[in-house]
Amino acid sequence: MNITLIQSLINLLSVLFLALGIKGLSKVRSAREANRLAAFAMFLSVIGLLFYYLGTNGITQQSWLWIIVGSLIGSLFGAILAKKVPMTSMPETVALFNGCGGMSSLLVALGVVFFQKNQSLIQDLSISVSIFVGAITFSGSIIAMAKLQGWLSTPSWTQNRVRHLINVSIAIISLIAFINLLQSSDSSTIWLLVISSTVLGIGVTLPIGGADMPVVISLLNSYSGIAAAAAGFVVESQLLIVAGAMVGAAGLILTQVMCKGMNRSLISVLFGGTLASKSEKSSGGGEYTNITSCSVEECALTLEAANKVIIVPGYGLAVAQAQHTLREVAKILEQNEIEVCYAIHPVAGRMPGHMNVLLAEADVPYEQLKEMDIVNPDFPAADVVLVLGANDVVNPQAKSDKNSPLYGMPVLDVQEARTVFVIKRGMSAGYSGIKNDLFDLPNTSMVFGDAKKVLSELMSELKELGVGAK
Amino acid sequence: MDFAQAFWILLLGSLLGLELIGKVPPTLHTPLMSGANAISGITMLAALTLIIQAKNNLPLLLIGSISLGFALFNVVGGFFVTDRMLAMFNRKPSKNSKLK
Repeated sequence: MNITLIQSLINLLSVLFLALGIKGLSKVRSAREANRLAAFAMFLSVIGLLFYYLGTNGITQQSWLWIIVGSLIGSLFGAILAKKVPMTSMPETVALFNGCGGMSSLLVALGVVFFQKNQSLIQDLSISVSIFVGAITFSGSIIAMAKLQGWLSTPSWTQNRVRHLINVSIAIISLIAFINLLQSSDSSTIWLLVISSTVLGIGVTLPIGGADMPVVISLLNSYSGIAAAAAGFVVESQLLIVAGAMVGAAGLILTQVMCKGMNRSLISVLFGGTLASKSEKSSGGGEYTNITSCSVEECALTLEAANKVIIVPGYGLAVAQAQHTLREVAKILEQNEIEVCYAIHPVAGRMPGHMNVLLAEADVPYEQLKEMDIVNPDFPAADVVLVLGANDVVNPQAKSDKNSPLYGMPVLDVQEARTVFVIKRGMSAGYSGIKNDLFDLPNTSMVFGDAKKVLSELMSELKELGVGAK
Repeated sequence: MDFAQAFWILLLGSLLGLELIGKVPPTLHTPLMSGANAISGITMLAALTLIIQAKNNLPLLLIGSISLGFALFNVVGGFFVTDRMLAMFNRKPSKNSKLK
């Protein structure tokens, strides 16, 4: 058997395992094994590659040295970050990993274009794509990470319409550089493409509001797959092309799911700016007229008398890191034979499935998490709804007000419940910046304070009332 | 590998990706995304190839090594973090069955 054949067989096996891995990741029962299978497939592909070169041209000592140094440093930092990062900051972590994948593709393309001469037109084309997509993925992901981490806010000047003009002109510059690169690969053209693509990534991501971040992250994830496939064209590796294409396609599907959850098109997420900038013109703004604020004690008394409580978690819960305290409160209520469940909106939090991860960390039983379509008919039967750091996903405007920018977005019908408590730090608007009609309703009471603090006060109040004592 | 052949592979790979992820429960959105993200670090193979083919070209060795580092940061971190999340999901059924 010759070496090329053996490597092809190993690669084929890797692709099979990767595909099975992605497939398994979409089912709860098999997800963990599937993830490990995918990791094993990646390991296998490296073995296949090293084996091939050892059997043919050989690997010089110097190459080994650089391989070991690069992989040790990268793996070490990756492993440390993965172990240390709290579950609440998962969105920014994924964004950072994603950006590094894009950076890797960009560097591969740069290495080939600068130091390996005699490329074919096809290689030139794939190098240009790899640089373009890699740079956008990198800068876009880093901006997304900085915004999620709170290092960057959405500057108001980016909401101006002029930004489209700027972005389009940068896009045209990259296109010119792109086409020039196909004819001659002189270094100034390459750097022009690198810089203009990087700036384009920033220019497109910066104006997007925090609430749209789930969509942006999954789209960037898809880009990083495309970047990997383009790198596959550059080094002529079938495995890279298949794996990259699979990730790219999978990312697109997730993006579509997210867009559906928000009832917005991908176009309006990418180019529409934040929702607040639109609401100034429509009826979305306006003052609150009928706010009822109440103390933690009143909230505890109402909870004690309830039979059925639905909890609606949102991004505020993650910020306050209150998931464990919330679980404690729910446990006390359950001991008093009060039915507790959690209503999970598809885009609650800053990443698809963010709330599920947080609540799982706090040991909330999987069966208590209910999806929007399943839980919505339950709200009229609920005595108390606790809204924790969620805002836009419980805004009744989305169903009642045709002029609202939120109109048409699927929301949780919390206002149908007998009593609604909204635990919130202040009267500030949600990420969309739109007034929430829920707060004005007579059956809604506001409990002001940090989610974690309010919940621990609530817990001691409940204990004083003798709830859950038996 | 000629261009047409590579394009076929790209096409079939994309179709496979679209086909594989039909219906995903919301719980798995985050892990699926970070798992797929880890797989996109497969560019580490391209970086490896670059280093091996570089022979004694120092700048190319350096750029390949940095690229490899970034890719492995993505791969190792991505798979670990996904495993951490999935471990939390798996914990539940066993605990519940014990209670019952």
